[in-house]
Amino acid sequence: MLHVLLIVFLISLFYLSIANRMTTYVNVLAMQGILLFFVAFFELKNINTLNLILILLETVIFKSLAVPLFLKYILKRNNITREAEPYLPNFVSLIITTAIVITTIILSNTMEEGKLDKMFFVVALSTLFTGLYFIASRRKIITHVMGYLVIENGVFVLSLAVGNEMPMLVNLGIMLDIFASVLILGVFLNKIGDVFKDIDVNQLTNLKDY
Amino acid sequence: MITIYLIASVLIGTGLFFNRGKALNYTLICLFLLVQCAFTMYACLHYTETTANYFTFDSLGLIMLLTATIISIPAVFHSYIYIEESEEMTPRSRATYFGAITLLITAVSAAYLANHIAVVWIFTEITTLSASALIYHHRNKLALEGTWKYVFICAISITFVFIGILFLSLSFVNAHSDDLSYKNLLLHSSLLNSSWLRLAFLFIFTGFTAKLGLFPMFTAGVDAKDKAPGPAAALLSSIVMCMGFVGIFRIYVIVANTPLLHWASLVVGIAAFLSLFIAAVYMIKVKNIKRMMAYSSVEHMGLVMLGMAAGGIGYYAAVLHIVLHAFVKSSLFFQYNQLYKVFKNKNVYHIGNYFKYNTTGAMVVLFAFISVTAMPPSGMFVSEFLIFRSMFEANQLLLLIVVLLLLTLIIWAFAKSIFKILFIPAVNFDESTVPVISPWRSTSQFILLGGAAYLGLNPPIIFVDLIKTSIALLPH
Repeated sequence: MLHVLLIVFLISLFYLSIANRMTTYVNVLAMQGILLFFVAFFELKNINTLNLILILLETVIFKSLAVPLFLKYILKRNNITREAEPYLPNFVSLIITTAIVITTIILSNTMEEGKLDKMFFVVALSTLFTGLYFIASRRKIITHVMGYLVIENGVFVLSLAVGNEMPMLVNLGIMLDIFASVLILGVFLNKIGDVFKDIDVNQLTNLKDY
Repeated sequence: MITIYLIASVLIGTGLFFNRGKALNYTLICLFLLVQCAFTMYACLHYTETTANYFTFDSLGLIMLLTATIISIPAVFHSYIYIEESEEMTPRSRATYFGAITLLITAVSAAYLANHIAVVWIFTEITTLSASALIYHHRNKLALEGTWKYVFICAISITFVFIGILFLSLSFVNAHSDDLSYKNLLLHSSLLNSSWLRLAFLFIFTGFTAKLGLFPMFTAGVDAKDKAPGPAAALLSSIVMCMGFVGIFRIYVIVANTPLLHWASLVVGIAAFLSLFIAAVYMIKVKNIKRMMAYSSVEHMGLVMLGMAAGGIGYYAAVLHIVLHAFVKSSLFFQYNQLYKVFKNKNVYHIGNYFKYNTTGAMVVLFAFISVTAMPPSGMFVSEFLIFRSMFEANQLLLLIVVLLLLTLIIWAFAKSIFKILFIPAVNFDESTVPVISPWRSTSQFILLGGAAYLGLNPPIIFVDLIKTSIALLPH
């Protein structure tokens, strides 16, 4: 069951890489939040109720309700166009994502046998690198933020892998998530929307070494 | 004790945020400086003790804490001048500025002393938050762009550090212990799984480079120093960089005690060399004097890390160099505000003949230039010389020659701009609006530069001992 959930999570990355509309990105992020909750639920066996409630709040309420709603609100308020506007065609994106996944699988096989389930490792690392790829290949600032949120999801998967031994790290991961998301989304996306009317990274090129 | 310090600082910081009164603001920030000094004194008196479980007053932490406290006093003084003479100043921006400075200095001090990697990580996050408030001080488009880039890259970098911590915990499963404090990691360094440790070191190192200002994440720091007010940029290029160094140094100590030492020094060396290369390329091109100073910091961090990679006497030189760099670079950034006040411009083309308008300030710029390019009698000459010696002893002659060539380029590029600023008149400059600047405002810069020369040329025995103890755990 755990592996099925993780594989679905991996497939959602492929779907993201060929998605065209901004709302698709938001919906996939919301779905990943739900998936993460079930992964946490099945993986963390000897967890106390309080911690489980915290994880529930983080994944379901924060990741799949609050953040997507806020992103939709920003999309609407700043009249951001629906297209994701990647620099590269979707087909190339799909190939690059596949290459990332294959590379992490090969990498996982070179690692010495630890206590870690390799599935977690593959999913977490490929999510991380796919998120970085999204940041590098998309034109809008809001897609950069979404790429960052994808990275956060990958980190959460990885923190679940060690959650049984060190529950503290899961809580730290949640803290990172909330802190960084609030900082990035709450404060700056709002401000950037006010100051720059059409948010596009090409407008953020005034700081340069001339 | 550190709990009291943290609570007091946070209370003062929040007090500053919510009180907009001028007198109250300055009382509170002076009170904070008193708290900071008292805490530093306490730390010196309780050397090697552990407090509140997660903080140890060890030698490296103590050196950095002293540096931070010494720099924070002139930083607050210059901030006062900056804020009061600024035309855009509102009570709100003043309160936010000083609140953020308080939070930044507190977080950095706590990160120096933390003995647990997760605690260092938490305080690194807090510095991102407080530094972003400082960079956004001017509230215009460019400041927003600088802040956005800083926040975004720092967010990614702290995520990287967190991933590194997760891998570190995976490499640690054989030890049957869930305590990720540096002491415990060092104790069990033989049990660490090397392939996971490799990944952990890569991620933690990459993450902390954003704060240290090293390749690959140096860009955020350069933009931030360009847009932040002068005194805040001084803090970013001194104490925050020291924090990045502490973060990398402590994990490097652990890796150095495993068979991975050679590999880790290779990683650090490559990043350091690329930083030097990038600094040289950009410094030839850049015309914005503030960015040039920021790239000079990238160069110096490259040198520090080359010392770390070379080993031997290089460890000592690295710690010495980063302390001296903090003093010199902060005094240069403090001086920058006077320069900007005279010329109202950052572009080298529009700045010139500074000696005519502000003789004392021009002398500070000249002395700081001599110090920062490590010409004798600068203190950094000693540390740079030791770094070169360590590279020579590590048989990296080819690398040393390339590094020296790059440094020559950097000195040439820096000198070209600085001598233009000091001696060659700027075109179409209206002399009638030049304000008179009191020479006394340069006192702190002279003290910092003199202190750097003193520490380099004739270091007190206690300072040498502190550095030697802090590098004692590294294999020699």
